[in-house]
Amino acid sequence: MMILISKRIGFLVLTMLVVSVLLFLLLEYSPGSVATKVLGPYSSEESRELWLERHGYFEPLWWRYGAWLGNFMSGEFGDSVRFKVPVSEILWPRLWNTAILGFWTFAIMIPLSLILGVLAGMREGSKLDRIISVSSIITTSIPEFASTVLLSAIFVFGLKWLPGTSSMSSGFEVKQMILPVMVLIIYDFGYVARMTRASMAEVMTSHYIRSAVLKGLPYRQVILKHALRNALIAPFTVIMLQINWLLSGVIVVEFFFAYKGFGALLLEASLNQDLYVIEACAMVAVFVAVASQTIADIGYTYLNPRIRFS
Amino acid sequence: MRALKSFALLRESTPGMVGAGLVLFWVIVAILAPLIAPFDPLATLQPMAKPGTVYAQGGTFWLGTDHLGRDILSRIMYGSQTVLFYAPLATLCAYTLGIMMGLAAGYHLGWWDIVLSRISDIILSFPVLVLYIIIIATIGSSGINIIIAITFASAPGIMRIVRGLVLDLRNRDYVAAAQTRGESSMFIMLVEILPNARGPLIVDACLRLGYVIITIGVLGFLGLGLPPPDPDWGGMINETRKMAMIFPHMTVFPVLAISSLILGFNLLADGLREVSLRD
Repeated sequence: MMILISKRIGFLVLTMLVVSVLLFLLLEYSPGSVATKVLGPYSSEESRELWLERHGYFEPLWWRYGAWLGNFMSGEFGDSVRFKVPVSEILWPRLWNTAILGFWTFAIMIPLSLILGVLAGMREGSKLDRIISVSSIITTSIPEFASTVLLSAIFVFGLKWLPGTSSMSSGFEVKQMILPVMVLIIYDFGYVARMTRASMAEVMTSHYIRSAVLKGLPYRQVILKHALRNALIAPFTVIMLQINWLLSGVIVVEFFFAYKGFGALLLEASLNQDLYVIEACAMVAVFVAVASQTIADIGYTYLNPRIRFS
Repeated sequence: MRALKSFALLRESTPGMVGAGLVLFWVIVAILAPLIAPFDPLATLQPMAKPGTVYAQGGTFWLGTDHLGRDILSRIMYGSQTVLFYAPLATLCAYTLGIMMGLAAGYHLGWWDIVLSRISDIILSFPVLVLYIIIIATIGSSGINIIIAITFASAPGIMRIVRGLVLDLRNRDYVAAAQTRGESSMFIMLVEILPNARGPLIVDACLRLGYVIITIGVLGFLGLGLPPPDPDWGGMINETRKMAMIFPHMTVFPVLAISSLILGFNLLADGLREVSLRD
């Protein structure tokens, strides 16, 4: 177990290092373009030279990378070109807002998709199973950017129940959270539900369930005490991997609803070539994705007795 | 032959048939767009007409016009050409690269496998859209760059599937026979192994086409897609979404178009998988 954990964490560190090298090469390989991005296209040649000199861009590449990485590890992400403040000042509040969005999405999506998946998988091929399966295919087929438009057409413009933007400009409002969370849930729950269904259906055909039924246990007890325990191991991994998907989803949702989160920040930074913000956001996104994957792997081994005791 | 048989058996799966129908519908629309589109998709005719408005110089705007006065029905029809050109092309490129990587990793094993698998793991650990945004922001947005970005981001996933299939197939007798005959490893990979791995790959390709269509749509929606004025569904939604309060038709119809095409590929994939599991 300890070997596995240290292996996974080693992979996490290695991935982050490789990603940092890639990002650095991709975005900072030529100092000339860095200076143009930071100082703007109308800056004079001398001022660019001075800026590069002052920020150590004439050092060799590996030295620059080392310095960059060192600063990065200590939370010095550089200054945002657009907002003229240190990146960390913008990044952390934005990340917090996205965490709130993600928390509510998961808090509703996980119970919903698990219940639907278990109900569908309990009796494979039943009418309920058909309905749940088909509707989860349909909801996963509607991309987030399409459902944002459709849902706001219904709830904002049609029924006028909910606000069309979620900028939270006058403090936090629950009403403004409903649509973003709804869009994310609609897109994500289908996949988790289908995975849960597959896992549940597989468990239901196993021998120990059959013997539990045959020895006369009430159906409810067979499901709750025997089937669920094993059926919910696989969805655990799937749910952790959903965090990776959610990071993509929040970009679209935050962009559309003008929610001041991390995804919108990354997109704005890319559209404006705001170099240091892109680097910081990308590193954070990959870290969250890989870390959740690591937790999924370790958790799966812990939950699954067949692996835990081998 | 088995792949053909799957398509023939598809008739037994209702969702699969609905999916095939939806895809076929859009393929026909794309092919016939120049013949059946009522107006020029780029021409400025009459701004902000509601659906069903009759045009003074003949013709009807069945789905209305957008903020620049372009006929939405015609733009959706021509837009299907754009999406059905770029999505399969990008998927094909991703598959070519992914299959080569998967064959090399799964057949040769050893260093090939370690290096290729590690590269894939790292690319796959990126949240997809973050990867696309960084690539497109760096190399700029154009048709070719979108294909490059999709190839780069999807090939690792395909490689994993192919590698898994090859690991299973490489110990078969016919592979051993080919090795004894002294065939080159290239021949064995492409002629002996690849054709036997195609079943699951066809199902995956349908699903992946759906994802690629979503990707192209999302990039257009975020303003990173194909440059205007070519009709592109995602771009159409982005351009008009701020007016959706007054003119919902401008955004809702492109949304329905793209959702139905993606749904078509997903149902088709589901039907094919169901049918292929049956025999």
